[in-house]
Amino acid sequence: MTHNGAGGDVLTLTKADFQSDQETRWCPGCGDYAVLSAVQQFMPELGIPPERIVFVTGIGCAGRFSYYMNTYGMHGIHGRGPALATGLATAREDLSIWIVTGDGDSLSIGGNHLIHALRRNVPLKILLMNNQIYGLTKGQASPTSELGKITKSTPFGVSDHPFNPVALALGAEATFVARTIDRDRQHLTEVLRAASQHEGAALIEIYQNCPVFNDGAFAALTEKDVKDANQIRLEPGRPIRFGAEGERGVIRSPEGGLEIVDVADCGEESLLVHDPHGTDPGVAFSLARLAEDPTAPTPIGIFRDVQRPVYGRTAAPAAPASDAQLSELLLSGDTWTVA
Amino acid sequence: MAKSVEDRERVIIRFAGDSGDGMQLAGSRFTDATAMVGNDLATLPNFPAEIRAPAGTLAGVSAFQIHFASRDILTPGDAPNVLVAMNPAALKANLGELDRGATIIVNEDAFTKRNLEKAGYAANPLEDGSLSAHRVHRIPMTTLTVRAVEGIEEVSTRDAGRAKNLFALGVLSWLYGRPTEITKQWIEQKFARKPGVTQANLNAFNAGWSFGETTELLDVQYRVKPATDVPPGTYRNVNGTTALTLGLIAASVRSGLPLVLASYPITPASEILHELSRHARFGVSTIQAEDEIAAAGMALGAAFGGRLGVTATSGPGMDLKAETIGLAVALELPLVVIDVQRAGPSTGMPTKTEQSDLLLALYGRHGESPLPVLAPSTAGGCFEAAFEAARIAIEYRTPVIVLSDSFLASSSEPWRVPDVADLPAIDPRLAVAANGGDGADGDGAFLPYSRDERLARPWAVPGTPGLQHRIGGLEKADGTGNISYDGANHARMTRLRAEKVAGIARDLPPLAVDAEPGARLLVLGWGSSEGAIRAGVRRARADGYKVACAHLHHLNPLPENTGDVLRSFDRVLVPEMNSGQLALLLRAKFLVDVESFCKLEGQPLFAAEIEREIVERQ
Repeated sequence: MTHNGAGGDVLTLTKADFQSDQETRWCPGCGDYAVLSAVQQFMPELGIPPERIVFVTGIGCAGRFSYYMNTYGMHGIHGRGPALATGLATAREDLSIWIVTGDGDSLSIGGNHLIHALRRNVPLKILLMNNQIYGLTKGQASPTSELGKITKSTPFGVSDHPFNPVALALGAEATFVARTIDRDRQHLTEVLRAASQHEGAALIEIYQNCPVFNDGAFAALTEKDVKDANQIRLEPGRPIRFGAEGERGVIRSPEGGLEIVDVADCGEESLLVHDPHGTDPGVAFSLARLAEDPTAPTPIGIFRDVQRPVYGRTAAPAAPASDAQLSELLLSGDTWTVA
Repeated sequence: MAKSVEDRERVIIRFAGDSGDGMQLAGSRFTDATAMVGNDLATLPNFPAEIRAPAGTLAGVSAFQIHFASRDILTPGDAPNVLVAMNPAALKANLGELDRGATIIVNEDAFTKRNLEKAGYAANPLEDGSLSAHRVHRIPMTTLTVRAVEGIEEVSTRDAGRAKNLFALGVLSWLYGRPTEITKQWIEQKFARKPGVTQANLNAFNAGWSFGETTELLDVQYRVKPATDVPPGTYRNVNGTTALTLGLIAASVRSGLPLVLASYPITPASEILHELSRHARFGVSTIQAEDEIAAAGMALGAAFGGRLGVTATSGPGMDLKAETIGLAVALELPLVVIDVQRAGPSTGMPTKTEQSDLLLALYGRHGESPLPVLAPSTAGGCFEAAFEAARIAIEYRTPVIVLSDSFLASSSEPWRVPDVADLPAIDPRLAVAANGGDGADGDGAFLPYSRDERLARPWAVPGTPGLQHRIGGLEKADGTGNISYDGANHARMTRLRAEKVAGIARDLPPLAVDAEPGARLLVLGWGSSEGAIRAGVRRARADGYKVACAHLHHLNPLPENTGDVLRSFDRVLVPEMNSGQLALLLRAKFLVDVESFCKLEGQPLFAAEIEREIVERQ
């Protein structure tokens, strides 16, 4: 880290300024490495010194993230990251606070804290690493595991209907919701940038490959030969179309939802133009539900980005009262004196 | 006619009625007027768990008791001398607690056939002679109130009937010579926006007073002279909730750390959230969390950010917060946890008091996770307990549990307002520079788990340049705070955490014993039973028994002389509102054969019970 100029008011930070001295201990090939590297690479762009950035994590493989960032960090308890971070955000408006969590941490044991942080619009950036499996406990079904999946805890297949994290966040009135992929650093970085510029809570679902317990869960979106056919890249102000030649697209269906069509059949002018800033969250919700699971054409990008009052911005003064004010408070109400 | 005035040293009055009858209001107004007279006093509200239990039933009876005297008193009293019963259910629910000769003032209008049936009376007790052991005054309060407010615009007959609590207050105010101005001012302020209601309540109050003065029904007025044995100073009336919130704010001011309270609504702790939420201008932030777990997490997150983090709850919430409190033990961050105890297990009796969370507070977490536990013993004492809990939390970087209870939270007493200058400053000693490495002045690395003379670790808050560090629930290496699975390190860290908490005893005053020469029996209590124990001991002594008493305000660590005190008596009696939790602890720690007196009725201990237990052991 260097300070540019005598006043030291322009920061020149590099990725190295955000790397802690701790050895990373995820499995070889884990998608978490790619996300960590992308985040460390992106951090200098914030223009915020490392001491004013905090990473809060819960339990699970993603929970280790905070140890690897040379910022302030708290590795909390299972699912409680948003609660710890909400307290911190209430206390300290001057900090940039990031949560790194997983599908078990945030959607199962910590579901309540996640939805309330989103509806309150607490200024937190939440990176939800979704690998559709419990990794740290060695391979049980998670709340995003697909129906029928054989895992250690579901030898006859998952029978619990999975959560769709983007749809869940939209239902919780989140003001910023995006989805990206661990292996697409450029897209991941663009989403991080947009989230950091958003005032209020931002939820980013990151499809993250677990090479040990759920390898290839997102292959349809990451493998060269199929990804063009399955990645629906949402770009604000542009018609929603995909495929190697842009031959497919999304239109409003007569029933009121959305459907995927061949552009040749409908014409480009009938395609839905993506608008993450629209007041009606219904379109974003329909987009989130275009695919049952990420084995078919699936939207990635920013689903929703709207403004709403930010939690805690009307809070108490940052300093306690004076002794004189305290004295006045203690003596308030009906008092009497005994000589 | 000329009425006589009799002096009384002390009087216990209980206002009882339907939960919609405004008995808490009448009681608290009588209390404020009593404080103005300069009597010492203590109060105890007692209300049903249901917000609106069926009117007229025993389940719906709400009561407020005040004990006031011309000398210092220690409890809200056991058996009332005067019962105000606004309906048959209120009479029936409270009659069993009256001594022979007690005065009963009833609203005879409410003794209708229907109300008698709802209360389960086969015959009207006012007519069948069943109250002959008492002095009964029958006053048609509803009729007289309605008549007093006739003609006021905007006031319906129903509104008029609802002012009868003020009529009853007027009668009692006359009977005990309470000043009326303070009550009238209160009515005028309370209903300032509703002139009709203001006038109705004033008329009802005045009518009650005049009724006492002019009727022959009440032939004697009582006088309780001002208490003369209270220390000089400025006083106000506080309940435990108010005192506790003032103590937290005082600790915030004297430490310079803004207060963040995160809570989830729960009886009887919600009032702490309500009160603190009104004090934003004192730098207080309050968060109504989504659940008890989140409330603890938010308070701890705020503490990580350099704030005084507090969460308040009752038993069921304590169960849920255990995980976060354990994290605070591992993180070694300040956190104040208030447990306003109520009767359990599970939902139990939410509005009834108990002291049954002691072992939960001490041991209710997985792993070796010691933490300091304090218990206030009086409503006013909640101020000191909250302040002291914050001091210990900040200075030792530890979660601290304060065990209040439902009785303390809602009972009130005169409280001598402390001089702010006399409150000790609390130095948070926030870390501002690296403390490890090669340089003589510690210009190298930052070691978040190094320790000072108290074994407290440095508290470096986000925003402090150069001190970025990571903490978490995984075991830390001594000094560096890096993750460590080393067995020897874990043993050392476990010992350091325990020694840190045990070392707090150095700050504590020794356990003070109130003993008479020759006393062989010690009565040792903790928490809200102090008033009852001291009053019971006082009565036993008045009867010639020799007995000593002492009271614990710190349950972990215990005062250093606790074992010596216990061993210096032949017998030790430990009264508790639980099944003997402190007794179990003392037996285990000190191998002393203490005897338990346990009360689990959802009611505070009574002086008469303590007296009886003392007498039985002589």
